[in-house]
Amino acid sequence: MVKFLKRFYLSLIFVFLYAPILVLIVYSFNESKSRGHWGGFTLKWYGELFRDRDIIKALYYTFLVALLSSIISTVIGTFSAIGIHNFGIFGKNIALNINYLPVLNPDIVTGVALMTLFISMNMRLGFLTMLISHTVFNIPYVILSVLPKLKQMNKHMTEAALDLGATPSYALRKVIIPEIMPGVITGALIAFTLSIDDFVISFFNTGSGVTNLSILVYSMAKRGVKPSINALTTLMLLTVVILLLLINRRTTKGDELIP
Amino acid sequence: MKKSIVLFLSCLLIVTSLTVLPGCQQGKVVLNVYNWGQYINPDLLTKFEKETGIKINLELFETNEHMLAKLEAGGSPYDVVFPSDYVIEEMIKKDMLYKIDFNNIPNFKYVGDRFKNLNYDPTNEYSVPYFWGTLGILYNSEMVDEEVDSWDILWDEKYAGQILMLDSMRDTIGVALKKLGYSVNETDPAKLEEAKNLLIKQRPLVNGYYVDEITDMMINGDAAIALNWSGAAMDIYWEGAEHIKYVVPKEGANLWFDCMVIPKTSQHKAEAERFINFMLDPENAYLNSEYVGYASPVTTVFERLMQENPEVAEMDAYNPSEEILDKCEVFIDLGDKRPLYNQIWTEIKVD
Amino acid sequence: MKNKVKYLAYPYMVWMAIFIVIPLLLVLFYSLTAGNINDPSSLSFSVNSYTRVFDVMYLKVIWKSFKLAIISTVFCLVLGYPVALIISTVKAKYKSILLMFFLVPIWMNFLLRTYAWMAILSPNGFLNRVLTLLGLPTLSIMPGQTAVVLGMIYNFLPFMVLPIYTSLSKIDRNVLEAAMDLGANNLITFLKVILPLTVPGIVSGITMVFMPAVSTFVISQLLGGGKELLIGNLIEQQFTVQRDWHFGSALSIILMVMILISMAVMSKVDTDNGDGGAPIW
Repeated sequence: MVKFLKRFYLSLIFVFLYAPILVLIVYSFNESKSRGHWGGFTLKWYGELFRDRDIIKALYYTFLVALLSSIISTVIGTFSAIGIHNFGIFGKNIALNINYLPVLNPDIVTGVALMTLFISMNMRLGFLTMLISHTVFNIPYVILSVLPKLKQMNKHMTEAALDLGATPSYALRKVIIPEIMPGVITGALIAFTLSIDDFVISFFNTGSGVTNLSILVYSMAKRGVKPSINALTTLMLLTVVILLLLINRRTTKGDELIP
Repeated sequence: MKKSIVLFLSCLLIVTSLTVLPGCQQGKVVLNVYNWGQYINPDLLTKFEKETGIKINLELFETNEHMLAKLEAGGSPYDVVFPSDYVIEEMIKKDMLYKIDFNNIPNFKYVGDRFKNLNYDPTNEYSVPYFWGTLGILYNSEMVDEEVDSWDILWDEKYAGQILMLDSMRDTIGVALKKLGYSVNETDPAKLEEAKNLLIKQRPLVNGYYVDEITDMMINGDAAIALNWSGAAMDIYWEGAEHIKYVVPKEGANLWFDCMVIPKTSQHKAEAERFINFMLDPENAYLNSEYVGYASPVTTVFERLMQENPEVAEMDAYNPSEEILDKCEVFIDLGDKRPLYNQIWTEIKVD
Repeated sequence: MKNKVKYLAYPYMVWMAIFIVIPLLLVLFYSLTAGNINDPSSLSFSVNSYTRVFDVMYLKVIWKSFKLAIISTVFCLVLGYPVALIISTVKAKYKSILLMFFLVPIWMNFLLRTYAWMAILSPNGFLNRVLTLLGLPTLSIMPGQTAVVLGMIYNFLPFMVLPIYTSLSKIDRNVLEAAMDLGANNLITFLKVILPLTVPGIVSGITMVFMPAVSTFVISQLLGGGKELLIGNLIEQQFTVQRDWHFGSALSIILMVMILISMAVMSKVDTDNGDGGAPIW
């Protein structure tokens, strides 16, 4: 009985989570544009999707910015985490507290603040400002992932390596980095996910025709939707499911899935 | 040590080149056009690009206020913008626009005389008319079986939850003012207070305050009555939804003109003028008007459309009669009285 | 080595100063001044923006934001805790699959998810179609407060479940067994052992739900029909339509302070600093 209740409840929640997405998927095959009635089965919206200049452009920028900002933030974040880890108590506290401001702040405040900065510096809002904004909120998450690994690491290993004649950079590359690699990878993944999904910060800090998927969907939701967005939803779902299945296969412990 | 330097430098190289690449199309001129949603025929943009080799970057805004805010904030070098009458007045006052060199716009001769030298740009040096129309009531004749001829219907409790208002300050407040018999440019605080209370009274009946969503919602039957602009009605008509009608109420409404202007942020004034000229070409203007639905100030286009679709000549939405036009007012810039309206607008939107 | 390693972080210190500290200082600056932002010479000191916030109208907005955020958070907690519990008690081989499918919606774009909800809740949307088919009266949920709360719960539920699940999975089985051995039944074990041990997860979950909920403007914009103005919408409006950067900045600072206070309160409840990365707040 209890088991049944558990399963039932869980399924209810899953239905709740997936229903809206499934509805969109169903509509993606709907011949009729309107959300009201069913006009017949069709695949034309998928074709439209690939021909739509705006959607392709948005996807291009979304991935480009996400990729670049996660690479940059992972590199900067990892090295900075290593550096911060070796600060004195006072320095560490200040550095970390400031570092976590973008994490703690609601994204509208971070977005607006960055916009204010760019405007005051008379910078043109566009690709560069969007990239910088994404990097700003990505780096803290990388540091957040790497720092615990640094703490868990045996301090004496580095010392031992140095004693054995390793140069500092050799110790860095061959001892420290491999130890913290799981944290680095998690950080990179988080950065990538956050970047792909970002709306508010991008909204305030882009221009000159540079847009991303979220901004596109937002203006479509207000403007009357192009049905090709439904097709996009379906494809996204498929991609995400396949990706997660692949990741699941490659990791031994299920816990590592948790971002 | 060397290896990591190499690695680091190559990363830096990749990163910088990828960052710089998008901006590297410096060879071609790119025009940044800032326009209302669904307000220009995309085929025309492609046609312009093919004819001139100038690439167009189209960005969209929802209301004049959104556009002004973006322009004033800076950071975006728009070349051609499409503001409405009262906004142009403000932009001229604030010295935000270039004077247009009409030698570069020979097609200006095709524009009807009644669209030139209007009150917001008396010397007609800064703007070129684009579309014009009225503000009125859209209604679904299958859901509303009475005659619609007055703003009062937007306050009718029978249609509670089925009424859509515009998320546009001047338009919605203007309607309340008109209903009370005042001018849409009223600045007397007492009268504005009356309008505000009227709109607050209306709130429970209103489904929501939208802009671009309205056409979709009306076609879908999500609502019965909506405040909207004349061109939207034409758009809906061309989509085949003949049961959705448009009327300019007897109390009068707002007559508006949207124009093309060149803001001082533009770095390609000559190309911008070329674009404006292109849009005034009768064939292009016709394609545009047909696609967007709004009435063009280019006389031949207006007449041609009515010839090819005679029923349109009878429609308020496309060809309002002299009688109606007499009762309509054009918005003027509120100047420093604007905060009054801002305050009221916030009070209405907040519960 | 320690001395040299520190230098690795110095570039980032500069970065933070430019891109984290200065922007916030700028916002603070704008909140305390009045005048035309494009003309620096016209700016003068003024607390006007802050006193404006104490207008009943704006206080109502702040109250509504908190109210809706709290409701959503509570629902997420009540609905989400059992989910975490159930998944953690499931057989190991199903755990990762279940968790994975639970994560899929998060990985789908946030805007798309909210938009999907619009398709269901709108007057002629999916929900009402089904109700009509079943002969039941239609609901006019959207736009409105209920729709906004639903949207919040939908978007943020996974963020409540995950930290709680992590907390649960860290509980040593032996502790549970010990409790059982000492005579506790399921309910008591849960209340006295499991629940307290998951407090860090609960606190984390509440934080991850409450904060975005109270500051959102997308959900209230899309699902509220322009009638449900929350703080986020108010701030957004100041910068996009009202062109009042001073007031917008003041609102942003106030929002930031409110959130920081809430987090400080939360961290008092949570004494476990297992992450190692949590700051003083």
